[in-house]
Amino acid sequence: MSRGQNILRYAVLFAGALVFLFPFYYMVIGSLQTEPDSTVAGAFPNPANITGENYTAINSRIDLLQGLANSGIFAGGVILCTVVFGVLVGYALAQLQWRGRGITFALVLLVQVVPFQLLMIPLYVMIARDYGLADNYLGMILPFAINSTAVLIFRQYFLQVPRALFDAARIDGAGELKILWSIALPLVRPALLTVVLLTFIGPWNEFLWPFLITKEASLQPLAVSLANYLTNVAATAANPFGAILAGACVLAAPAVVLFILFQRHFVSSDIGSGVKG
Amino acid sequence: MSTTVSPESVTPNPAARPARPGGGGPRRGRRRQWLGKNPLGLVLSAPYLAFVLLVFAYPLVFAFYMSFHDYFFAAPGAVVDRPFVGLANFQEVLSDPAIIRSFGNVGIFLLINVPLTVVLSLVLATALNKVVHARTFLRVAFYVPYVTASVAVVGVWIFLFSGNGLVNQILGPLAPDPAWLINEQWAMPTIAIFVTWKGMGFFILLYLAALQNVSEELYEAAATDGAGKIRMFFSITVPGVRPATVLVLLLATVTGANLFTEPYLLTGGGGPNGASSSPVLLMYQRGIEQGAPDIAAAIGVILVIGVLILAFIQRKLAGGDES
Repeated sequence: MSRGQNILRYAVLFAGALVFLFPFYYMVIGSLQTEPDSTVAGAFPNPANITGENYTAINSRIDLLQGLANSGIFAGGVILCTVVFGVLVGYALAQLQWRGRGITFALVLLVQVVPFQLLMIPLYVMIARDYGLADNYLGMILPFAINSTAVLIFRQYFLQVPRALFDAARIDGAGELKILWSIALPLVRPALLTVVLLTFIGPWNEFLWPFLITKEASLQPLAVSLANYLTNVAATAANPFGAILAGACVLAAPAVVLFILFQRHFVSSDIGSGVKG
Repeated sequence: MSTTVSPESVTPNPAARPARPGGGGPRRGRRRQWLGKNPLGLVLSAPYLAFVLLVFAYPLVFAFYMSFHDYFFAAPGAVVDRPFVGLANFQEVLSDPAIIRSFGNVGIFLLINVPLTVVLSLVLATALNKVVHARTFLRVAFYVPYVTASVAVVGVWIFLFSGNGLVNQILGPLAPDPAWLINEQWAMPTIAIFVTWKGMGFFILLYLAALQNVSEELYEAAATDGAGKIRMFFSITVPGVRPATVLVLLLATVTGANLFTEPYLLTGGGGPNGASSSPVLLMYQRGIEQGAPDIAAAIGVILVIGVLILAFIQRKLAGGDES
């Protein structure tokens, strides 16, 4: 590779990185400004215009800790269901022969291609109206309890485990559940981490569904309460943009930090195999 | 994937097969044949399958049922008559200019989002693939918008693209008037660019995975034959990642069809004048705000048929993929 081409490559990548990161930088700067400053100079920190008040302001309008806790419960419930069902079905599809395996696999693929929005209205009628699960964590989690991408990732990993390993354990008299728990599960630990990270992003960032079924502020995930603030009460605050950006920083931080810490485990081939099946 | 169907599961009449010797008596042998070698698989899959029925299959059928009936919200437990109305809901949807416009808006969205996504994510992934220095930093930079909530970054985009926001300050007299998000021409393109920016990290990831499968020998052979970098990109890289491109096209289309949060928050519920409304936004407004779930269900059915048609066309145009 010639020197010129290499310089061009880095120039393109760093220009791209700047475009991708600038809004985040600007979000943090904006959340710390006493007065919104949208001039070019406002993009640089100015000690005279720095304050933490926006964080206090947003916290007095929406309970940030409660919002974070609600987001955490929602995401935690979804992750738990996803991992438990994903491991069980992934193992069954990859390593066991049983009647209905083909149909189950076809269903896993089908679930993936039907867009959630077609199901949105009937799910709303069922969960909010028929089952009375509006303003309820269970109602929030239910539609996301099955995650076919996770099933496919686990299946892919379990397929890579040599069957002889399981057969040996069976000959030694181990039951299937024992095999799953003490042999199969430790072998797919990297897949577990990937699935947890991938699954976390979904419910943590999800807006539409919890927005539909939570009306009570104390139960709303942070994304929903922040969006409500953005559309309703923002106009009454002293520095509405500062407050919105402060809330945005609080909402963005956990996902961004987790991702940066574990980015090595966020492997492209997993996502590729997961989506492709 | 017919290869995954085990021989046991396709036996038409399992009782007709002789019991396997040593299978623990004839009764156990017969059950084992009928349920396959490891009936435990079914037990392990049962909770998942129950959920598929509850939160996927039943609502799917229910959506179609609603779209063909005069469905309205009633008190829980109340017995009400919801007569079959045939295609009346669909007629109402297709004769509503606001709904037609929202489908047109998705068309504008896709025309901007899909080519931008495919070209930029392939170029960035190709550039990133061979990078040695600052690899982690660059990866993280591109994926951060993808892992962040739309609701969080929407705030900063409103701030950036408002009338006297930073973007207009830099553009000066070139800035559109009225500003981007309240401008009838620019509202939808601005949303499309926002979504492209936000989702790009995921598509770069997909292309990075696909690039691992392109044979290094092809590049070496092409270099021996004197092909330039640009020629190699178009003759080896682009065809080599075709399966990924088909997938990117499909996922970008589905994203466009699912558009809700961005028009709802960036442009205050699909304004100005419906220029940035989306079908899902109207499903929410008609179905839940205005209490017409049957109309919303009909919009959903039309939307899904549209996605299926687009996916079919894209697959044909892209030449299909074997995986």
